[in-house]
Amino acid sequence: MFAGTIVFALINSFILILMAIGFNLTFGISGVANFAYGALYIMSAYMSWTMLNLLHLPFWASAVLSIGFTMISGALMYRFVLLRVRGQALSEVIATFGIGLAILELFRYLGLVGFEYTLPVFSNESFMIAGAYVDIQRIAIVLIGLLLVLGLWLFTHFTATGLAFRAIAQDERTALTFGIDSDWAATLSVSFGAGLAAIAATIIIPLGSIAPDEGYDVLIKALAICIIGGLGSTGGVIVAGFIVGFAERFTDTYIGSHWTMIVSLAAILLVLAIKPSGLFGRQKELEERI
Amino acid sequence: MKKRRERIDRGIKARSEDVYALCSWREMLYLAGPRLLPAAAFLLLPLFLGVYWQKVMISVAVFALLAMSWDLLAQTGMISLGQALFFGMGAYVSGILNFYFGAPPWIAIPIATVLGGALCTLILLPVLRLRGIYFSMVTLIVPLMLVRIIEATKIFGGTEGLSGMTPLPSTLTEIYLATGVLLGVLFGLRRLMETDYGLVLKGIRDNDRSVTNAGINIYWFKTQALFISSTIGAFAGAFMTHVYMFVGMPVFALDYSILPIAAAVVGGGGTLAGATLGAVILVPLSEALRGIGGLRIVLYGLFLVVFIVAIPEGLFDYIQRKYHQMERWVEIDQ
Repeated sequence: MFAGTIVFALINSFILILMAIGFNLTFGISGVANFAYGALYIMSAYMSWTMLNLLHLPFWASAVLSIGFTMISGALMYRFVLLRVRGQALSEVIATFGIGLAILELFRYLGLVGFEYTLPVFSNESFMIAGAYVDIQRIAIVLIGLLLVLGLWLFTHFTATGLAFRAIAQDERTALTFGIDSDWAATLSVSFGAGLAAIAATIIIPLGSIAPDEGYDVLIKALAICIIGGLGSTGGVIVAGFIVGFAERFTDTYIGSHWTMIVSLAAILLVLAIKPSGLFGRQKELEERI
Repeated sequence: MKKRRERIDRGIKARSEDVYALCSWREMLYLAGPRLLPAAAFLLLPLFLGVYWQKVMISVAVFALLAMSWDLLAQTGMISLGQALFFGMGAYVSGILNFYFGAPPWIAIPIATVLGGALCTLILLPVLRLRGIYFSMVTLIVPLMLVRIIEATKIFGGTEGLSGMTPLPSTLTEIYLATGVLLGVLFGLRRLMETDYGLVLKGIRDNDRSVTNAGINIYWFKTQALFISSTIGAFAGAFMTHVYMFVGMPVFALDYSILPIAAAVVGGGGTLAGATLGAVILVPLSEALRGIGGLRIVLYGLFLVVFIVAIPEGLFDYIQRKYHQMERWVEIDQ
């Protein structure tokens, strides 16, 4: 049971990391807290579902298309709404929150809830790992999570766009003097964040079903992970993902599944009380937080 | 003969912002009118309204209170996305006092107002060191997680909630309690924000480090602002517990967070009167739109986006500016 719990805790951690990494990327680069993140996650899932079941496209085509569309809608959201309120944190938060709310409540109004609204799993096979049955989907989550983290690291360290992203994140004005278009970088960052949300939706949704409430849940989890890890720090997201992931799974097994939310809340309040900038949020500690 | 429209400030406004030499009834009315009008409307209207619209008026007052509590926090530089925390905390404290200890509303509501406010302040105390969106994020999370905790631990009625609270004596009592507190809070807070104390709070929003430089403990002032704000929210919650005669998990619902923000944004932040105006517009509107059900929240979302992007100052600022201006047609010299 103990070994099995560890296996599932590991998987849970990767789910949390996948959920949070897009939000973190957008915030880390452009400082835009994308509160429509959960809505984009759900929207991409519904798009995949529509293409699969109504247009009868193959799974991979619909997944790729929905990720593409989500990225485009993220970029459009930045260009037409966020650009006008750029730099005013309050307005950015309210605008993105309003957009997310409108999207999620529209889906709720349309009544697209139920067990038939889900995405297919990659494969139905399952393995026996350390005394616990683990299906391919969950293993895929771990592998894709690892690949994404590695890919992001390579992207931000070895490509021109990635380096431009980090430049904007470090000092926007200096980056401007080097000819980096900060609006363009911010557009891309929101778009990439949306894309990561879509990827996460494609591989995580098959474990459950698509529901508007899930959108709020994803946003809350992403926020929790980012706050604990320190916003804008990828290492922080990974560490916080593991901490919360293991804590949740162990409370689930040894105390009771109802208590998992309390663990996250307690973790947030504890981290904020001891180290307000989060575990790894050193970068902008003085400027933005305290 | 060509004409153009000329726009000039009205006399009193042009002379001074706050020192007036009032020479006539007309000038006095000019200044007092905008203040007396809403007060008179809130006090007289309930007598002429039907039962249904009386209930609507109660929700207008409650959401206006929540919107003002949001606006006060926003003026101190704390953008809360979780007014439901204040509302729900007040509602639960009052409900518990009434349900388990049999306290009558006249005791339960005041205690819940202060105790609920103090509890919210206590919960958010670690977060006060954060600013900007960090504060927003945590306030968004906390009420939603409290719901889960109540669901999980099954305390205070769990998912069923507590029902059978003592109601207030009559609908008119309910209305006048709500509107009385609303007017008191509206004019009281507007006056508070004009004083030096309010200046410190606004200073914290504009540049907290220079306020710190002035030797002022900003965390202490933030705590006070948070307490005032959460007390107002807690009163709204405690009051609604006795109107609905029920308290349960819906009191932490997102509606109580969103509608106040929408009201404050539509009406215009930073004026408190704007928040009230927003509630006066949005709540009856949402009643009129009851037929479209869930689409209402979609509309609120879009309202938020449109107003924050296109009319960030809000309606109240616009009306105020127009009130102090005169427009007339003058001839153009050729």
